[in-house]
Amino acid sequence: MLGVITVALVSLIIFSAVEVLPGDACTALLQQDAQGQRLINCRAQLGLERPAYVRYASWAWGAIQGDLGMSAHGHARISDLVADRVKNSLLLGVSALALGLPLAFVMGILAALRRDRILDLVLSSLAISAMTIPEFVSATILILVFSGWLGWLPGIILASADTPAVDFFPGIILPVVVLAMVMTAHILRTVRSSVIEVLDSDYVRMATLKGVPYRRLVLRHVLPNALLPAINVVALTVAWLLGGVVVVETVFNYPGLGRLMISAISDRDLALVQAIALIVAGVYVVVNLTADLLTLVANPRLRTTMVKRS
Amino acid sequence: MSTNRAHPQKPSLAVRLFVVTREVAARPSGAIGLLLITLHLLVALASPWLVPYDFKAISAVLILAPPDSTHWFGTDQLGRDVLTRTLLGGREAILVTLVATPIAVAWGGFVGIYLGLAGGRLDATLMRVVDAFLALPWILKMLLLIVTFGTGIGVLIPTLAVFYGIPVIRIARAAAHNVVARDYVIAARARGHGRLSIIAREIFPNVLDALMVEGAMRWSWMLLAFSSLSFLGFGVSPPTPDWGLMIADARTFLPIAPWAGLYPIAALSSLIIGINLAADALAKALGVDRAYKAPI
Repeated sequence: MLGVITVALVSLIIFSAVEVLPGDACTALLQQDAQGQRLINCRAQLGLERPAYVRYASWAWGAIQGDLGMSAHGHARISDLVADRVKNSLLLGVSALALGLPLAFVMGILAALRRDRILDLVLSSLAISAMTIPEFVSATILILVFSGWLGWLPGIILASADTPAVDFFPGIILPVVVLAMVMTAHILRTVRSSVIEVLDSDYVRMATLKGVPYRRLVLRHVLPNALLPAINVVALTVAWLLGGVVVVETVFNYPGLGRLMISAISDRDLALVQAIALIVAGVYVVVNLTADLLTLVANPRLRTTMVKRS
Repeated sequence: MSTNRAHPQKPSLAVRLFVVTREVAARPSGAIGLLLITLHLLVALASPWLVPYDFKAISAVLILAPPDSTHWFGTDQLGRDVLTRTLLGGREAILVTLVATPIAVAWGGFVGIYLGLAGGRLDATLMRVVDAFLALPWILKMLLLIVTFGTGIGVLIPTLAVFYGIPVIRIARAAAHNVVARDYVIAARARGHGRLSIIAREIFPNVLDALMVEGAMRWSWMLLAFSSLSFLGFGVSPPTPDWGLMIADARTFLPIAPWAGLYPIAALSSLIIGINLAADALAKALGVDRAYKAPI
């Protein structure tokens, strides 16, 4: 329910933002011809002379039914235009997740169990550099090394948006690695601090004193309790990955949602901008909602506190 | 620390900052971080008098010349001196983010504390709006404004200050929630103090730690945003030297002329890592849980 309200608010914010900005679909479409009778005709044709709240209502009603309107420039249906891009962004994001999630959890747990020893220090400083160095910097360095010097992998992707997924290989490897590095660093740090917190808890000390073997202690007592809080960070990361990773897609020339967003904004294709914003916000809300529900399912204690709070 | 909390209004902000800086410098990572930041700030201040060449001076014979005794860092694709441009390349970014960060933390912090104290319908409504804003990627919000109003400092500072203050609202509100039910706040209410007075005298000193850590983090994120915008061609306009822009320009020639890109990369990375090391040490010194977030 809250999620629906958030998406509705996003649609209102983005619609009014676009409304306030100078220029409309017709000035963008006609460019220097945008004056006099032509402008009036165009506005009449697109129904732009109607009051804003009527246009918002018809846009929102269309969006609910899956009709996102027409693109101002390509004269194409936005839903068709966006579909391929969403598929490509999904491919990129899911590949990065498949590579990064297991790595993040394994390294995070190892770092926590070896707290303040060499392995932890190495992993933690690697994580700090991976999450702080800008993506375009790490991407540029990877391209220089693996494409420029070694010549093993292509540095940019030349495929168009509607090519089948298989054809993105091997060009997709480097962007996936860049994204996986960033997300691994974030999740690793959360997992590490959460495992350390549980290791310091009274019940783990109690179990140690009772003589529970180390393996059993870690697998049964520590991990189930420590990994739960990581769900929310994973959710934020997933939302970030699926919402179009603008910088990485631009560096590698990857035809995903992020690059479509950039070109839509530069071309002032406002209908397309609205549609992309709505999709990205929707993904964010759905992913976070799923994470909350998963946490509820996995942790019965939260259920009662949630009920009490509401 | 504990005496501090018992008498929240005692130490002044300047004294507090000094004490905190000393505590950060006492940790190895904090010392390295502060050193890197100080170095960058000094270079940014002094570079107009340090640079050996004019940053705009192009040369047809020196295109992508490798480093030698006259051009220590080599030249770029237009024959401009890379050392000069690397030294100058952080000025714009540091200026914009150093002005925008305090503004963002100040307004976001105030709104967050106020909502945390006031609660009720206003709080619930505004937090929904905050959620909605956070659901949109930062780059979409920034680009919409930049494309409309241009890319000058006059646009970038307010834009960054406004958008990076919104997540601060959440942090400040959560920090204020830990304080509002304490005895001294209830006592102040009972004495009949107004909301603003309670915020200034009772709550603000107790959420200051969280806000300082948040400010350090915001600074590094803002720098990241600024250089990403430059890299994408929506930030600083050429020929002004800027690291993000230099890296974008040098990208095509990297295999044949790595010096044109690697020096600005080293400069930008060292500053951002420095800020993060210092922020980490700050969070540990103050005992504030550093917010672990996905890079949104």
